Parts: sequence; C-alpha cells; structure tokens
Amino acid sequence: MQIICNGQQRELEEETSLAAMLAMLELDPNTVVAEVNKKIIERDQYEDLRLRDGDRVELIRFVGGG
Amino acid sequence: MLTVNERPYPFREGMRMGDLVDEIKPQADVLLLNGMVVSRDALLQDGDICSLIHTGEIPSALEMEQALVARHSAGVQEKLRKATVGIMGLGGLGSAAAVSLVKVGIGRLILADHDVVVLSNIHRQHYCIDQIGLRKTKALKNTLVHINPFVAVETRDVKLDSRLIREIFAGVDVLLECFDNPAMKAVALRTVLNHMPQVGYVGASGLAGFGTGNTIQTRKIRPGVYIVGDDESDVRTAGSLLAPRVGIAAHHQANQAVRILLGIDEA
Repeated sequence: MQIICNGQQRELEEETSLAAMLAMLELDPNTVVAEVNKKIIERDQYEDLRLRDGDRVELIRFVGGG
Repeated sequence: MLTVNERPYPFREGMRMGDLVDEIKPQADVLLLNGMVVSRDALLQDGDICSLIHTGEIPSALEMEQALVARHSAGVQEKLRKATVGIMGLGGLGSAAAVSLVKVGIGRLILADHDVVVLSNIHRQHYCIDQIGLRKTKALKNTLVHINPFVAVETRDVKLDSRLIREIFAGVDVLLECFDNPAMKAVALRTVLNHMPQVGYVGASGLAGFGTGNTIQTRKIRPGVYIVGDDESDVRTAGSLLAPRVGIAAHHQANQAVRILLGIDEA
C-alpha cells in the first residue's frame, strides 16, 4: 500500500502499524509527534494504529537539548 | 521642552542641570545629559534628554511602566502587561527566555521545573554561582524579581507530565516548551495540539553545539504553534549545549511569544 509521509510517497506492507513505520525510519517513537489524516495520535496508540492505503502522515521528530 | 526621567518637562532659557535637581529630585547623585554624565553646572538646551538618578533607588511601578511604554508604545505594552506566559523547563532555553520576557514587561510568568541548580548548569543557564543548590524555580524567580519586580512570577516545583501541563498552564496566553528531554518535548506538543487549542505555543528542537547560528529558525506548524531550532543538532551528536547557540534559540522563542501576544501569527 502507499501512504504519504511528510509529503513523500512511501510503500508499506498492509497492516503496518505507526510504531512499525517509525522503527523502519529509525525514529524513537517517544520523541515523535505523529499526525495521521489531520489527527494527532496519542503516544499509547502508536502500536495499535494500523496505517491504511492513502493515509497522510506528518511526523515531527524532536532532538534533545534545552 | 525637555525630557526628564522619561517625562516631558518645560524648558527655560539658561537652565542648568542643578535647577532640575532642585526642582524635581534633590536626592539625585548621578546626572545624565543626553546619555553623558555631567555636573550640576551643565547648561541645558531645548530638547535635551535628562536623567536624574539616586543610586540604588528602585523606581516605582508607574515609572517602570512609563519607561517601557516610551520604548514599546502604549498599545504594545498594554498587550504585554496583560499577558501570561508559561515556561516549561528552566534550563538554557527557559531561564534565558524568562529573563527576556521579564525585561520586556510581560505581566505574569508561570515557571515550572523540578531541578536544582548545579555547577554544570552555570556555563549556559541564567543562574549565578551562589545559587548552586537552590531549586531552579526559586533561583530564577529571585533573579527575575531583581531585574523587574513589577512582573508577577509564579513557580511550580514539579516534574511535568501531560496532566500537569494541562492543569498548570490552562490559562496562559503562550506556552514555551524549554525541556531538555526530547520525549518531553513530544509529550508537550501532543498535549497542546490535542487538549489546549486556545494556547499559543513555541517549542524548540535542534540547538546544541557551536554550529552556525543562522540555521536556527522559527517554523510555524499550525496557527499559533511554532518550533524553534535547526531541527537536527542533537545534544547527543552535536556535542555539548553552549550558551550562545542555546541563547539564540531561547530568544527566538521569547520573540515568537511576543509576536503571538501582539496578534502576529507568523514566524
């Protein structure tokens, strides 16, 4: 299936979870704010949320320091 | 007309500085004429700007307000004075942003952190060497009140989480995310986007090291929601945090807070 992540098309296997996609991108899920189809996803939903064909995903990744 | 201690004062031909001292402030011991230190004998000219200072005397709230209004304009200062800004995390970002906002005359600040000042903070955070061992909330409040006693500074000595962010900062106009920990940065942004739509927000990510300051930018991600930084300089990979670069980011945050308060919803 195809999704759009931060404006770029990506090919993913069916039923890929948000957490699995973040793992593929080598991102620590705790440091990422994820929006799927304009909805901000709570952190405790990342493992359960299955992406679907055509989903639009926006990721904001934070790095440390303050 | 003269300007004496920020206010208009009638000019008379032949006036000297000493006349002003006698008429306005007999206890003054430092006299400035157009920015230069002068004696009582200095002859004044129409249009001169004069300051009569009694060293160590704390100006009144009204005098402080007049000084801010003279520089920022009455309309701007009224918006800033009525505003409440929350700051989450009082490290290199939060302590510097707080100092900037107190100077500009924000009416009320709510500061939250659970840390204690330690030696390794002094190189980049707005704490003094004799504050080591104090709670950051208490130490920073002391400094802020020392700078401008007419700002209401409230402190919360807590380790923030999503629930506490919602509780403590529900009523603020703008919230600054100044955490060190990237997971907390994400928690804060999720919380605001999902639960606090009325709050302006300025987070930060990517400010470590001593790379160019020109890559630190303010990005708008939603109406009223901004992220400051270069997006990639992680403290784990870019090396230590240094006062100058963290300070650039902190002042981007303070600047964007002011812009939001003035109704400018653009980076």
